[in-house]
Amino acid sequence: MSCKINRLIGSTRIAIVALFSVVASGAGAEEVQRWRVNMEPGVTEIGSRIYDLHMTVFWICVVIGVAVFGVMLYSIYSHRKSRGVTPATFHESTLVEVAWTVVPFLILIAMAVPATTTLIDIYNTDESEVDILVTGYQWKWKYEYINEGGENVSFFSTLSTPRSEIDNEDEKNTNYLLEVDEPLVIPVGKKVRFLVTAYDVIHAWWVPALAVKKDAIPGFINETWTLALEEGVYRGQCAELCGKDHGFMPIVVKVVSESEYHEWLGEKVAQASEIKELMSQQFDLDQLVERGDEVYQRNCLACHGAQGEGGVGAAIAGSAIAMGEVAGHLDSIVNGVPGTAMQAFGNQLNDVDLAAVTTYQRNAFGNNMGDLVQPIDVYNFKQGQ
Amino acid sequence: MSEAREKAIGRTVKKLSVVVVAMFAFVFVVMVPLYDVLCDALGLNGKTSNERYRAVAGEVLTEREVTIQFIAQNNDGMTWGFRPADNVLRVNPGAVNETVFLASNPQPRAMIAQAIPSISPSRAAEYFHKTECFCFNQQPLDGGSSTEMPLQFIVDQGLPADIRTITLSYTLFDVTPDEVSDDQHLAAR
Amino acid sequence: MGDHHHGPAKGITRWLTTTNHKDIGTMYLWFSFAMFLLGGAFAMVIRAELFQPGLQLIEPAFFNQMTTMHGLIMVFGAIMPAFVGLANWMIPLMIGAPDMALPRMNNWSFWILPFAFAILASSFFMEGGAPNFGWTFYAPLSTTYAPPSVTFFIFGVHILGLSSIMGAINIAATVMNMRAPGMTYMKMPLFVWTWFITAYLLIAVMPVLAGAVTMMLMDIHFGTSFFSAAGGGDPVLFQHIFWFFGHPEVYIIILPGFGVVSQVIPTFSRKRLFGYDSMVYATASIAFLSFIVWAHHMYTVGMPVAGELFFMYATMLIAVPTGVKVFNWISTMWRGAMTFETPMLFAIGFVVLFTMGGFTGLMLAIAPADFQYHDSYFVVAHFHYTMVAGAIFSMTCAVYYWLPKWCGRMYNETLGKTQFWVSFVGFNLTFFPQHFVGLAGMPRRIPDYALQFADFNLMSSVGAFIYGASQLLFLYNVVATIVAGEPVEKEQVWEGAEGLEWTVASPAPYHTFTTPPDVK
Repeated sequence: MSCKINRLIGSTRIAIVALFSVVASGAGAEEVQRWRVNMEPGVTEIGSRIYDLHMTVFWICVVIGVAVFGVMLYSIYSHRKSRGVTPATFHESTLVEVAWTVVPFLILIAMAVPATTTLIDIYNTDESEVDILVTGYQWKWKYEYINEGGENVSFFSTLSTPRSEIDNEDEKNTNYLLEVDEPLVIPVGKKVRFLVTAYDVIHAWWVPALAVKKDAIPGFINETWTLALEEGVYRGQCAELCGKDHGFMPIVVKVVSESEYHEWLGEKVAQASEIKELMSQQFDLDQLVERGDEVYQRNCLACHGAQGEGGVGAAIAGSAIAMGEVAGHLDSIVNGVPGTAMQAFGNQLNDVDLAAVTTYQRNAFGNNMGDLVQPIDVYNFKQGQ
Repeated sequence: MSEAREKAIGRTVKKLSVVVVAMFAFVFVVMVPLYDVLCDALGLNGKTSNERYRAVAGEVLTEREVTIQFIAQNNDGMTWGFRPADNVLRVNPGAVNETVFLASNPQPRAMIAQAIPSISPSRAAEYFHKTECFCFNQQPLDGGSSTEMPLQFIVDQGLPADIRTITLSYTLFDVTPDEVSDDQHLAAR
Repeated sequence: MGDHHHGPAKGITRWLTTTNHKDIGTMYLWFSFAMFLLGGAFAMVIRAELFQPGLQLIEPAFFNQMTTMHGLIMVFGAIMPAFVGLANWMIPLMIGAPDMALPRMNNWSFWILPFAFAILASSFFMEGGAPNFGWTFYAPLSTTYAPPSVTFFIFGVHILGLSSIMGAINIAATVMNMRAPGMTYMKMPLFVWTWFITAYLLIAVMPVLAGAVTMMLMDIHFGTSFFSAAGGGDPVLFQHIFWFFGHPEVYIIILPGFGVVSQVIPTFSRKRLFGYDSMVYATASIAFLSFIVWAHHMYTVGMPVAGELFFMYATMLIAVPTGVKVFNWISTMWRGAMTFETPMLFAIGFVVLFTMGGFTGLMLAIAPADFQYHDSYFVVAHFHYTMVAGAIFSMTCAVYYWLPKWCGRMYNETLGKTQFWVSFVGFNLTFFPQHFVGLAGMPRRIPDYALQFADFNLMSSVGAFIYGASQLLFLYNVVATIVAGEPVEKEQVWEGAEGLEWTVASPAPYHTFTTPPDVK
């Protein structure tokens, strides 16, 4: 077990200060909603119906509870031996037995009716205007727009909370653990269908405000949908234990106006072609290292450590791979290492980022190789090897 | 303890042991096949039949159009390039349609892949008939080469009227027999 | 009553070779208590890490091992063996039998248990650490992506499953064949009835669990693909098989608790149990329904709507027999002459808190609403209300109730009551706020959380430490009673208690009912 008790005392103070200062400042557009005790109806019609259903069943339970515990408390108060009562001798009554079998049954039927209609509507995924493929990875989400016009838009969405906040070295920001580098963007007032699947283990895609939760199962696709009625930023998390960083793969969905959505989609399409262009360019060491640093933070740090010291993954500082032949280094990154936790990043990152992060690893943490890997090298590696 | 009672206990134990063995067997000989049957019947997980569909000559419903979306994905560790030639097709129920999926193996070594289909919405699965599919067999591919993998299908005329879009996803799994060299393994650790 | 041909053997041999139901019961109880403390220690680690946002004490990978082992140890190591121990001690005494039907198998079924848990615990020291895939071990996280220790985990599960099956066969055989003349089925104390039904559940579903882990083993080592899509299998199949075992399993955990409470409430109300027959039928209906509701654990897995509706209706139906039980307990108290000794306090605590767990269970049954509850802390709160306040409270209740019979000494009532109130407050402080964070959107099994969940998590952790401390009080009270409690001279320890166990001396002699008692 890796104990970090020495850090505990200091970090405790920081955490508490962070907690209260966040609330006190209230500067940001979003504030931490403390002491929330109930489900939110969210911003969808299905969400409000689920909320109503939840509250109906809740109040039925409260009424039954008050009645049952009321009788019990009265009995505890009055039927005590210390009050000198003599116990009654009755011990059965068919009539009451039948009554308290039948009455709950009728109450259940009353609950089942709205539950059934809501469920059937949740299952109606037809007539969506935007279709998005959501793929769960250990430990990030990939979003792909699969409608015509958006086919090239595909990106990963990774936790963007700095490691230092998780390790209690910095103050935690309002959206601690609920922020990503690139949120999913969907249009308001349009039915959006999510096709949910997974790359490795089972994950679950959950955004409470959109009333969506669906398991992501490797090899199979599940579908669900939402129709957001209000613009805004909605946050959720992976809801199925998926390994080490299950708690660190949040979901952020930005619901925007239709025009904003199309503008954003246009930009993404343009970006995709820009990357294509960048692939044919040559970069100098500083450019690659700078870009590579960012890529490293997002994709490698969780396993290989902030200083390349290793962790779940092997150490990169001084590693034989990072200081060996470029081809071998690229092979590990592009194709992964079978039988280990090292994933194949060849299809996850574009060639520019792959080149940058490879260069970065060869020139950071004291690995002063001084050599450069250009996007075209990655391209050639992938093609012919 | 009386002998009669000993015997009675023995009988009870025998009966209960039979139940135990039966329940253990039940998992393998009933639950697994039953699940497969239910998957086929109800399209659980959007599974489609793995059998080649024997096409029967039928009427083509020209006035009805169904949108078919194709998705190609890789599973963990699969490094092939894999994509559909057509992202979307509009087809008429009853008609025989053809498309291909493109695969390329960037690795220096030959690999074998298995494509697993999944259909959404899952209740459409039983109306989606494949007369020819690369998913029926494993796909070997030499290092550095690429291939076109054919798919031929018919959408059943009985497809419920409210289903207008069907999504067919293929996930590619690496099923190359294990021959990962140990030195590669060790180097990574 | 009991005639003493021979007493127990001396020293360690007594415990290794014993076939005496009381000795074996005692060993089960102590073993389960040790496991309870171990599983509890894991829970303390979990709550300490969750005390505040941020990672303070442990790494996420170790956190997952903690949640997994906490669940496994509590379910299979603490609760199940505790009730088997109770059954060993009490069933022969309650039905007037000299011993269990299969004394030698009884010895075996206990003694393989420590090995199973030694294997499980040793996985902490293996490469990759202990199992980290949750106590529900969903494939492929528990197969393709599992640490190497998963093989030992599978072996451990097989052994403890075997132990449970042997224990269950023994109990069923005892109830069916060892009853004293005149002890008809419908005269059996309710604790015997609930255990009899539980034994059948165990016999039916423990082999299913064995099947599931066998498939895992084959997938991992022998190249089959039961749970891998690549070879034509399906990871969702695992969940179906697991919960086909798992749902009856949760009733296996709670039914004996129902039995205990049905013994204790009449005693301290000085009034016969209300609706004995309906209690038996309600227990049987719950057991039956437990086989057709399993997929309510999997509402979000993508079942067809018809399946979803079937499992929703079947699950809601369970509320009916469960309600009948609660109403019966309260009617038993009604117009009784109640006193509130420690066992009664725990029994009432059980009724109140378990009913609350039942309410949240009903809410979770509603499939559309479950899309929001599923895998959130709301579920964690729900099943701890049923398992801790259900199984652990009823087990504690049973220990206080029968301890004077077991060791012939009276426990310290003040300390007992103190323990109840500390547990009650600690328990609710721990788990009630978890309803809130769950509804507010906190997923379960995460080592760190967003700031909006911080306040309730802090409360929850404080509660957990209080609840944990209350168990040390329990341990102290039990040990102090055994060592130096005030001797109970009479057979009838509790004024209102009925049943054959109160006709033997206190402490119960090593051999009881060697000549069958007369049952009126």
